[in-house]
Amino acid sequence: MKELTIDATVENVVVVTAFVDEQLEQLDCPIKAQMQVDIAIDELFGNIAHYAYHPKTGPATVRVEVIEEPLAVVITFIDNGVPYDPLAQADPDVTLSAEEREIGGLGIYMVKKSMDDISYEYKDGQNILKIRKNI
Amino acid sequence: MTIEKQKSGNELTVTLAGRLDTTTAPNLEAELKKDLDGTEHLILDFEGLEYLSSAGLRVLLSAQKTMNKQGDMVIRHVNETIAEIFEVTGFSDILTIEA
Repeated sequence: MKELTIDATVENVVVVTAFVDEQLEQLDCPIKAQMQVDIAIDELFGNIAHYAYHPKTGPATVRVEVIEEPLAVVITFIDNGVPYDPLAQADPDVTLSAEEREIGGLGIYMVKKSMDDISYEYKDGQNILKIRKNI
Repeated sequence: MTIEKQKSGNELTVTLAGRLDTTTAPNLEAELKKDLDGTEHLILDFEGLEYLSSAGLRVLLSAQKTMNKQGDMVIRHVNETIAEIFEVTGFSDILTIEA
């Protein structure tokens, strides 16, 4: 297991992505799965950076675990910000025209569709969001 | 991400490379803002683009809405990961994607 605790800022999305990619490369993760994980990081860590401590800044922890049979990577995002369950949000209507479209909810929807599992819990004052990607 | 722009008359070609995400999407938004006035044909070349997140989709949607009013917009050279994102999010019905 590897863990990184860092200020939840938009600038640090790239640091978190590099940290996770390093673990994925050791597993010979296929490039497509890696890109899907990178997108999930952008959405989830980006959300924490934008909203968890707004208008202040606070820390977030990103934990990477590898599980076997089937081989998968489990990434946990932890912050102490305002309680927020992204999974409680209704899925967006993806059939609307450009003019009717709203962008809200699309990021978490993409994560739900590309990951093999996603779960959320609020425990001891922490938002704990976990994603699993089989590789 | 790198953004390269080429203008010829009322046609604007924007070539992107790298990742269109939370960090870089504001740059594309700013670059498009500068040049969309008077543009009737917008071509976005994704040849070197690895992937995009919802922050990128937001910029594309906004550009598409603008171009719906004043001309057309085409996206070229979309890789498999990006094509799947467009499919899953229904953006494939909104955008014009050329091989």
